[in-house]
Amino acid sequence: MELSKDIAEKEYTTLNLGPTHPATHGIFQNILKMDGEIVVDAEQTIGYIHRAFEKLGEHKPFYQITTLTDRMNYCSSPINNMGWHMTVEKLIRCELPKRVEYMRVIIMELARITDHLICNSVVGVDTGAMTGFLHIYQWREFVYEIYEEICGARLTTNIGRIGGFERDFNDIAWRKIKHFIKEYPKSLKEFEKLLMRNRIFMDRTIGTGPISGERALNYGFSGPNLRAAGVDYDVRVMNPYSSYQDFEFIIPVGTQGDTYDRFMVRQHEMWESLSIITQALEKLEQLEDKTSFHAEVPEFYLPPKEKVYNEMEALIYHFKIVMGETEVPKGEVYHCVEGGNGELGFYLISDGGRQPYRLHLRRPCFIYYQAYPEMIRGGFLSDAILTMSSMNVIAGELDS
Amino acid sequence: MERPTIGDIRDALNAKFSGAIVSEEEQYDFTVFTIRKESLLEIARYLYNDEQFQFRYLTTACGIHYPSSPEPFAMMYQLHSLVHNVRIRFKTYSASKDPEFDSLIPVFSAANWMEREAYDFYGFRFKGHPNLKRILNVEDMDYFPMRKEYPVEDLTREDKDDTMFGREASGYDRKKLMKE
Repeated sequence: MELSKDIAEKEYTTLNLGPTHPATHGIFQNILKMDGEIVVDAEQTIGYIHRAFEKLGEHKPFYQITTLTDRMNYCSSPINNMGWHMTVEKLIRCELPKRVEYMRVIIMELARITDHLICNSVVGVDTGAMTGFLHIYQWREFVYEIYEEICGARLTTNIGRIGGFERDFNDIAWRKIKHFIKEYPKSLKEFEKLLMRNRIFMDRTIGTGPISGERALNYGFSGPNLRAAGVDYDVRVMNPYSSYQDFEFIIPVGTQGDTYDRFMVRQHEMWESLSIITQALEKLEQLEDKTSFHAEVPEFYLPPKEKVYNEMEALIYHFKIVMGETEVPKGEVYHCVEGGNGELGFYLISDGGRQPYRLHLRRPCFIYYQAYPEMIRGGFLSDAILTMSSMNVIAGELDS
Repeated sequence: MERPTIGDIRDALNAKFSGAIVSEEEQYDFTVFTIRKESLLEIARYLYNDEQFQFRYLTTACGIHYPSSPEPFAMMYQLHSLVHNVRIRFKTYSASKDPEFDSLIPVFSAANWMEREAYDFYGFRFKGHPNLKRILNVEDMDYFPMRKEYPVEDLTREDKDDTMFGREASGYDRKKLMKE
């Protein structure tokens, strides 16, 4: 029997994944070209929550830009905030006391843990294991309580100031941090027992959405996704900031660059972060300085409100900062920190004005998400979803 | 393999592409080379392939607008040699009103969206880019919002007057822009 031509011809289906599909964990669309269950090609549409941060940044004084940064990667907003503070501190050549740097390290590592915890437990959810997510989520809640003690906010933290912190950590915060590093490992171990050597989980994730180290580098990957592909680039080690050179930690590296490796790298990094926090607490104990929580840069550091109301100098500096009367150096500065997703960079051109002349944000998500079609081509649709959640694409960071 | 110094890079570029480096300056922990835009792609390819330098990582790229300069549009590129941990920044300027740069996609796949972003916000065109269209803004937008003449506030709003707080973009006239 001879088939007529239009029956024999291959047909592809176009499938719209998103913009608000629950499995994409954010607002972005993928137009997939499907051959049955197999993804033949994909095209991403992004920008659904674009808020023009770079443009807004040119119209806001330095201290107000902090609130823009924590709306980028909202799973680890303190890292974004502190990355921005450090950029301005680099511009004004301000050196911080060790105590402040260690306190920042503690907060940044807590943020990294919450970021990885969300990402990994969501990978679990996408493979069908809801339990891990529900079980471990309480610890994110707990870390948010720590933030709350320190800065009053939970998600969009606006934590710290240019030059340090707005106030010293209180006793409850210290107690909660110590409680966290004591109790969290137990939950993390249980979470690992649930997934790490689980047959179903391994079958779903090993070999899913792989990328080679060479391609990943060419695509500008950074963070856990790059390290899962076997490249040991970590900003904390390569170009240390905030005294990371004082700490001992391992950079976990994968080999395949697949979903399982990304999961494992993040999992291991949480242990390393816990160790960094423990070391930081020990170092803080040994420091003679027990009180300083900011550098002496009155021209940039917003003074506490009670001082503004009661002290002449504080009032003057407050007025100068808010009205933009301080001298800002001219120049270009780039500063990057290891965010939850990799190299989070701030490129700031200052013309001496109170706002940046140009502010460019290097968002790791934006750069590595372009490799997504290459990673899912030839795989199943359900694997494509798994790949996306294991890459930890955060809509806020993607769209800036 | 020895860690190349900035001097090595400068000498190699001068030997290979004579006259391509227009100027050089130190900006904090970065060396910035201003290069002629004709040599952009070739320099990137050379630095990528060279066994000694191995600049295989394009950290970031973005457009910049200097409205009062004779060459008002610029692209900034940052390269990172992960083997040696050397970072450099390139800037290249264009005097044209409708600037065109070479696309770096043949060397770095990462350049794709970075260039689309520069097109989206500044209207730069990139020669050889396979898919140069808007990326973050809506497709039917008819202006390039990061150019300095565009104010941050919506042009149709009349209820806000922010002159007191210095928010006005330099030298723009809201009413005039509305008519255009």
